[in-house]
Amino acid sequence: MPDIKFSKLLVFVNCAVPCALLGWDAYHHRLGANPQEFVLHTTGTLALVFVCLSLAVTPLRKALGLPWLIQLRRTLGLFAFFYGCLHLLAYTWFDKAFRFKEIVEDTLKRPFIFLGMFAFLLLIPLAITSTNNMVKRLGGRRWNRLHKLAYVAAISGVIHYYLLVKADTRIPLAFGAVLAVLLGYRVLNKFLPSLTERRLARTPAARP
Amino acid sequence: MLIKKTDDIKSGEITDEKLFWNRRAFIRGAALVTTATATGLLYRKLATPNQQPSKTDVAQADPGIGHDAPSGEKVTSYEDITNYNNFYEFSTRKDGVAPRAKNFVTRPWTVEIGGMVHKPRTFDIDDLIKLSPPEDRVYRFRCVEAWSMIIPWLGFPLKRLLDEVEPMGSAKYVAFTTLFDPGRMPNQRSDVLTWPYVEGLRLDEAMHPLTILATGLYGKMLPPQNGAPIRLVVPWKYGFKSIKSVVKIALTDQQPPTTWNMAASDEYGFYSNVNPEVSHPRWSQATERRIGEWGRRDTLMFNGYADQVAQLYSGMDLKANF
Repeated sequence: MPDIKFSKLLVFVNCAVPCALLGWDAYHHRLGANPQEFVLHTTGTLALVFVCLSLAVTPLRKALGLPWLIQLRRTLGLFAFFYGCLHLLAYTWFDKAFRFKEIVEDTLKRPFIFLGMFAFLLLIPLAITSTNNMVKRLGGRRWNRLHKLAYVAAISGVIHYYLLVKADTRIPLAFGAVLAVLLGYRVLNKFLPSLTERRLARTPAARP
Repeated sequence: MLIKKTDDIKSGEITDEKLFWNRRAFIRGAALVTTATATGLLYRKLATPNQQPSKTDVAQADPGIGHDAPSGEKVTSYEDITNYNNFYEFSTRKDGVAPRAKNFVTRPWTVEIGGMVHKPRTFDIDDLIKLSPPEDRVYRFRCVEAWSMIIPWLGFPLKRLLDEVEPMGSAKYVAFTTLFDPGRMPNQRSDVLTWPYVEGLRLDEAMHPLTILATGLYGKMLPPQNGAPIRLVVPWKYGFKSIKSVVKIALTDQQPPTTWNMAASDEYGFYSNVNPEVSHPRWSQATERRIGEWGRRDTLMFNGYADQVAQLYSGMDLKANF
């Protein structure tokens, strides 16, 4: 088993790199002709990327037989929430200039805004219950059930993206395909675990 | 259990503790730097606008340049006008058009004008440009995506060309077609839209003095990404009506098909006049982001040209005829 503490640091630093570069580019006025839109779109895409990455942890650890990978998931999930927060802030600030009444109207009137808000709201309880303490308080099973909301958030996020694109739907469809694979793996894993999991030699002993 | 003392490693060969930790720190540092660099490069590859730093042009739109210059509004910088383009024939990324259109060859080029006209004619582009002296026209440009610019075009009224070919009395519409050549316009190999791009105007819209064929901007030749060598500019309509790189113009008595209308007829109508009161089905058209400005501004009826063009649509339901 590798050094978990260092692995976590490694993941954290890499998760923060896009944010650091976005900030650097913004500081140097290198975000193109429409920097507000660039920040809005980039943070939204990053939130989706990190939601997908956090959902990829379980398939990877099972398929590769690397159970320790699970310990890196929290960082990925929290970064999804972090980029989601930046995305919402960009929308609230750049597009709506903190006119909250307009935001509420927009949310109720426009399906893609509604889905985006919905996805973000779902991430809030997941972020709050991400601590070890909360896992203990809720109990593993309830915690797991609650965190299935990540799937719903991911699906809403992808549809949110799909709905705002004018004609070139390739990127949102690619996210959809990735998500389908990640969710499909879980379905397959439920029924045919022998196909999807790489068991360790001493499986019974490795089980809790 | 007794552990046999092994003498094959001499104490002098044991790595010094300091060095051991140093090596560990070094490997960790290298891992951090390598992966962070890789992530950074991946981010750069996927999410960096292909644009030089944008310089805000401080030049004021000179009301004397064009008779419709929106006085007091700053002209958008040349860098922004030429690096932020919707031109799906090259790329669906607005910052991806300029690099991919860089080597677009616009000579030789002909423009065929026919259909219901008395004198159909095929123009060589250089003759067409010389048909009428270029005029400076500083126009607002409002994209259906709710961003806008102020663009100093060079061009001449479309009416000048139409007069030359003498439309028949039965002609009611003008249809425009963009070049179709996937070898030169690589994204025409994708099926993101139906090619070639086509647009259309009612004849009275086409004859309106604000409607121009643009051949340049900022006093220079039109760059490929902005629709070289010749494009339509209809400043009171959403930008996609202003078809680029035109090769064919035909007069007809039928309302011609238009590309975005074919792609999504409930979202993009034939008229597509700028109208803050008629939302796009998915987003509001009430406000816009002027490129180069921080906050959003209110979108104006007919993009601020209501005084000149509103009478073209008197009695029409603009919600139904969006």
